Amino acid sequence: MDRPTPMEAGVVKRHRLSTRLWHWLNALLLYVLFTSGLGIFNAHPRLYWGQYGANFDVAWLTLERFPGWITLPGHYSLALSRHWHLAAAPLFAFALLAYMLWSLANRHIARDLAFRRGELAPRHVWQDIKDHARLRFPTGQAALRYNVLQKASYIGVIFVMLPVIILTGLTMSPGMNAAWPWLLDLFGGRQSARSIHFITAFALIAFFLVHILMVVLAGPLNEVRSMITGRYRVPEDRP
Amino acid sequence: MILTRRHLLLGATATLSGCDRLARNESFRETLFSAENFHKWAQRGLMAPDALAREFRPDQISPVFRANGTANPNTPAYKALWRGGFADWRLNVTGLVSRDLSLSLSQLRTLPHREQITRHDCVEGWSAIGKWRGVRLKTILDGAGLRSNARYIVFRCADDMGGGRPYYESIDLADAFHPQTILAFALNDRPLSVANGAPLRLRVERQLGYKQAKYLMGIEAVDSLAAIGKGKGGFWEDHADYDWYAGI
Repeated sequence: MDRPTPMEAGVVKRHRLSTRLWHWLNALLLYVLFTSGLGIFNAHPRLYWGQYGANFDVAWLTLERFPGWITLPGHYSLALSRHWHLAAAPLFAFALLAYMLWSLANRHIARDLAFRRGELAPRHVWQDIKDHARLRFPTGQAALRYNVLQKASYIGVIFVMLPVIILTGLTMSPGMNAAWPWLLDLFGGRQSARSIHFITAFALIAFFLVHILMVVLAGPLNEVRSMITGRYRVPEDRP
Repeated sequence: MILTRRHLLLGATATLSGCDRLARNESFRETLFSAENFHKWAQRGLMAPDALAREFRPDQISPVFRANGTANPNTPAYKALWRGGFADWRLNVTGLVSRDLSLSLSQLRTLPHREQITRHDCVEGWSAIGKWRGVRLKTILDGAGLRSNARYIVFRCADDMGGGRPYYESIDLADAFHPQTILAFALNDRPLSVANGAPLRLRVERQLGYKQAKYLMGIEAVDSLAAIGKGKGGFWEDHADYDWYAGI
């Protein structure tokens, strides 16, 4: 979020160009990665914990194949799903790295994402949870800052979930196991990494669904416009 | 606008079939497939040339080592070799070498061995850990005297993949001379079973399962993969668009 600069009455410039570009690049890449990832999963729809795991070993999750309408490509092709996934993955990883460094340099993280004094106090957090539950969205100046639940979810996604899904992806690569053997120790083995990769993918889907719900409830046109042009109409204070 | 599940499904299907159309476009396909080059370059850059694949403890070995691909070549020639306990089997080393070799199983067993407990990763996603014993490929290549213009080692196999096309694979010299790249004749302290590639199979531990050619019959040193199969260097690479570099 930029330090909001007033433009016309009640309209501010909200999101930086870097944030907007990264947002839409992610929308595209995560879509490709998720659907092609399900295509890859279909080649062996069983998940294990530990260093090894194959048909004769105990799986903690066994699923049917995901249907063609949600996989990329729409028919079963492990090779093509892998090509999509492995082409999108480096773009996604380097974009995250660039965004992290850029947001550190331009103080986006320090200014907008870091928790402020008192924000993590139980009373404040509880108040925020109650406001969310009542769908009482902030208005006026308060709408220009991320609230504590919003900050927590953005920090969780940017600094925990996305790095975890990238590193567990690398852990599944036998070449990367030789290059960075510590990956295997970090996640407890290739099959554990595969399980964590899968779980994190669905956790990101859960984030996506809540994210869309919040955008719809908070005023979809205004929210989507602010992520495209950067311009955001500040919600008026409730009487 | 009211979004129903049906709309969402239609939307998802339309977008995904758009992606499928894109993937049929020749130049887009090439771009998509060229990610392999990036991964190979990046991985080779990040790893020391002799960086080892993880070796495991005996208690970490998979209770059952899953066999995959061809379970039994079943060709008359292979059956004859198997009936004779592979006494008549020979590994032929040809191509860009100073002297062709023809090695029997007992000759291979007298060469220095390497033993390694490593993880086999199938491209499908499963893994199995097993203990392999075999001769370093380097030992064989040094014995044959690799010529300076050799760039790749091609592996010829006994299993017929349909229409009289035997399985084949290839690796470059970086992997051919790697300490863990061995021609294995034993798995978990027993002679290699037919399902796992008897009498001899390749282990190239920094790559996926389809590179681990089974039922080896010949090794050929070449300067280019263009004349091998359809030119991509391996059976699945040629017939199913798998990446040649399988470290990913």
